[in-house]
Amino acid sequence: MTILTLIPFVGALVAALAPGPRAARTVGTGFLLAALGFAVFLALGYDRAAGGIQFTEHHEWIPALGVEYFVGADGLSLMLLLLTTLITPFALLAAGPSISRLSVVLILLLETTLIGTFTALNFIHWFVFYELSLVPAFLLIRSSGTKASTVAALRFFIYTLLGGLTMLVGFLAIQLATGTFDLVQLASMGPSLDGILATHFHWPFAGMLVFAGVFFGLAVKVPVVPFHTWLPDAYAEAPSPVTMLLTGLMSKMGLYGFLRLLLPLFPQRMQELATPLLWLALATILFSAFTALAQTDLKRMLAYSSVNHLGYCLLGLFAVAAVPLGAPTARAAAMNGVLLQIFNHGLTASALFCFAGFLENRSGGLRGLRDFGGLRTAAPVFAGLMGIALFSSLGLPGLNGFVGEFLIFSGTFHLVPWAAALAAIGLFVTAVFLLDAIQSLFTGPLPPQWEKFPDLTRGEVALVTPAVLLMFVLGIYPQVLIALFNKP
Amino acid sequence: MRNAERKEDLAGREGRIFPVSGLRLPVFPSNFSMILNATFLSAFAGALLVLVLPERWTRWIALAATLAGLGFAASAFPAFDNSPSAPHFQFVTELPWIPTLGISFHTGADGISLVLLLLTGLIAVTGVLFSWNVVLRPRAFFAFYLVIIGGVYGVFQSFDLFLLFVFYEIVIIPKYFLIAAWGSTNREYGAMKLTMYSAAGSALVLLVLLATYAASGAHSFDLFTLADPSKAAFAPGFQAWAFPVMFVGFAVLAGLWPLHTWAPTGHVAAPTAVSMLLAGVVMKLGSYGALRVAMTLFPLGLAQWRIPIAVLATAGIVLGALVALAQKDLKFTVGYSSIAHMGFVLLGLMTLNLSGLGGAVLQMFSHGIIGGLLFAVVGRMIYDRTHTRDITELGRLSLAKTLPFAAVTFTIASVASMGLPGFSGFIAEFTILKGAWTAFPSLLIPAGLGVVVTVAFTLIALQRTFYPAGEVPASPPPQPPITLPEKLGALLLMASTLVIGVFPSVLLDPILRSFESPLMHGLIQGGPR
Repeated sequence: MTILTLIPFVGALVAALAPGPRAARTVGTGFLLAALGFAVFLALGYDRAAGGIQFTEHHEWIPALGVEYFVGADGLSLMLLLLTTLITPFALLAAGPSISRLSVVLILLLETTLIGTFTALNFIHWFVFYELSLVPAFLLIRSSGTKASTVAALRFFIYTLLGGLTMLVGFLAIQLATGTFDLVQLASMGPSLDGILATHFHWPFAGMLVFAGVFFGLAVKVPVVPFHTWLPDAYAEAPSPVTMLLTGLMSKMGLYGFLRLLLPLFPQRMQELATPLLWLALATILFSAFTALAQTDLKRMLAYSSVNHLGYCLLGLFAVAAVPLGAPTARAAAMNGVLLQIFNHGLTASALFCFAGFLENRSGGLRGLRDFGGLRTAAPVFAGLMGIALFSSLGLPGLNGFVGEFLIFSGTFHLVPWAAALAAIGLFVTAVFLLDAIQSLFTGPLPPQWEKFPDLTRGEVALVTPAVLLMFVLGIYPQVLIALFNKP
Repeated sequence: MRNAERKEDLAGREGRIFPVSGLRLPVFPSNFSMILNATFLSAFAGALLVLVLPERWTRWIALAATLAGLGFAASAFPAFDNSPSAPHFQFVTELPWIPTLGISFHTGADGISLVLLLLTGLIAVTGVLFSWNVVLRPRAFFAFYLVIIGGVYGVFQSFDLFLLFVFYEIVIIPKYFLIAAWGSTNREYGAMKLTMYSAAGSALVLLVLLATYAASGAHSFDLFTLADPSKAAFAPGFQAWAFPVMFVGFAVLAGLWPLHTWAPTGHVAAPTAVSMLLAGVVMKLGSYGALRVAMTLFPLGLAQWRIPIAVLATAGIVLGALVALAQKDLKFTVGYSSIAHMGFVLLGLMTLNLSGLGGAVLQMFSHGIIGGLLFAVVGRMIYDRTHTRDITELGRLSLAKTLPFAAVTFTIASVASMGLPGFSGFIAEFTILKGAWTAFPSLLIPAGLGVVVTVAFTLIALQRTFYPAGEVPASPPPQPPITLPEKLGALLLMASTLVIGVFPSVLLDPILRSFESPLMHGLIQGGPR
């Protein structure tokens, strides 16, 4: 685990010393691919029969504060490590040869903090990486230097930091009451944690407040409507490769937090609050779907669509939390759906923003849906591949998006029928706005100024083909991933 | 229990002293006790050498003297025995000085002293590196500078209050000359205001010191004697006025709100090395004195006054940050941020629990390094080249392109100053907040708000200065490149905040152990006192 974290970090140092941006890019790619290889190696070495957390390393760090260097990985962590090490090189290469050396270094550092977050098992250790990821992300968002991106980056930073602070205060309360930051230990006291907090602070609502603090921090990160206001600007104004990282990986830090912190530590609280939480998930799904429908800017539309897809993860998650006992098949289905959806959304959304980046490069920054049309004839390969990604996002059977959403819905229908029924409206709206995007970009008459619209270069095709192939593989044989978090 | 500990402790201290024909001379056992005194001796020797040797050697002498001081301070760390059975105060030197008044030359160190001595060493060396370009009467400049450094070293190791006060005064006077003669904006006003505030503060301290000496009846200025209830007891009525007067006297220097106004104007007026010294170590003299003397001597007064002081500290955090948000001059922004960060130190001291107190000492170190670094970038790397500190004007100069090293340094310092994890500020402020939670839960919300505003103003200042949005001038005016001494100084400070951010135990363990000593243990609420 430590080695995996160190690979991109060392890569960042080497890239920083590289003579020029080109060499830095080559070095960076090399290190990122090495990390990918190592993550695959770890995933293959994971003992599925034993399950649970493996590859642990435990060292003292700051004994005075109960902070330990404690890492390890279970199926969920491994899946996210695979996603991280996969999407990061994808984003780096999608940025094209003109990327600056600083950006390469920042992307490598971002991967370091992501890997750290997905493997840490002590809260402070986890938090260090969680918060540190903001720095490279902040600098990357504003790397284009426009006024709008500066404002968006600042807003992103302050919102997420505020969320981080409430979460930190929440865990401080937990530490004061229980004396530990160890997530594994805390999870084992899960059901009684609420009572411990209430007794320690002599206040029955202490547990509630702590829950609210941690929830707010994670909800900003994912984001959950109504805490999403930082997102559309940040996603739209950041350079597309950076948005790939934001949506593909950083939003997963929030979901990972839900799965690793909130669900194990507050199972009762989650059950009690299941109805309002489900309403929040529904709000996220429906609000973002309808807002996406109203967008004319491709990247903004994709940004809202991204929120919408993460909403399904929350739906499945909260449905499982609502019914903690019984219905094992439905719960397993919903949970597997959530985990698959995390990976699939990471893959598909990054691919879509990658295509959006290609489009921007060719159009000189234009990305309005109404600015284009008929690209199918001018750039058939581009239209074909991006079409596949859009259909994957839409949830077409045979592609990856379908499996996750299907499992979430089939599980949720059984657990909380009304929520699934309402969420289905979101599915419909998603289909409408994605098809609208396909239509307005690719079909219809070709405007004269795009007659010379260049198709994808060989390098670009080589870059996106693996991603598109993976969409098919996971759509047809999702078992590759599901195997990671289910005992054989 | 406590008395037994105290006896052991005294035995530990006095084991190194034995009388020879009426004179008590120090013995040099395995841990070389002069190592601490060597810190201020090297600084004072440097000051003398600077004055007598040719001018072209001045900077090198200053560098050698400060490096020697840093070496001594740093080598005290491995030499310090941190095992549970070791005495809490080590490297003790005790010589009679004015026996008729009960004044002795009594120095030593626990973890708190060690950490602050190390901080002084780091800031002293980097201050010289950032003053490498001083051309106006460099001998006088470095002589004054080294005298201040020596005085600071002295304060952090004195356990005789008279000695401590002498060192404390040595710091205050040369500051005036350094700012008035080598400063910039409004230097006479800034220098005078700063000196007036410091002098008024030290007058209060002196007043209480003399009253304490008289009231104790122990005929001694020794801190260990005065803090021992069996030798010197202070009536509750005496403590009720003595504590606040002495605490405020010290805390003026630590930037306690609303007596902080000297700090921003003083910082702005001062030459770079001096504003580094002010933010880096002089403000710590105030918080150190408040902790070591006022809080240790008058526990009953402390119990009465801790809540109002904690409220003032929190006001400093919030208002310092809010005022920083409104500044147009980059140095003022950094100056007010110091008030906010020092507010955390004072808040931590008032929690009277291990976490808050330990965090406060760690924050003294952390803010010393980060504040010093920020002032170094603003004063030396930028102002000396651009001759403006107006944030909007700086934004037009594309400094990220013309001075990339300064931009990177300022970015790292800002991130550290925001209290992001991985840097020393995070652990320090986190432990303080943890302590404050138990002591003053209701102050947690304003303090948290202060953290958020700190992040906001730091980020905004960073952005407007180095990475302004919008059109960039086609050909920004070139700036003289960053020199090697500047790079070395910046790297030293950046490395310090990072190393302590990742391995805080190096400092935190000795700090926390210091609060177990008989002298400091009474501070912890629920302790034996």
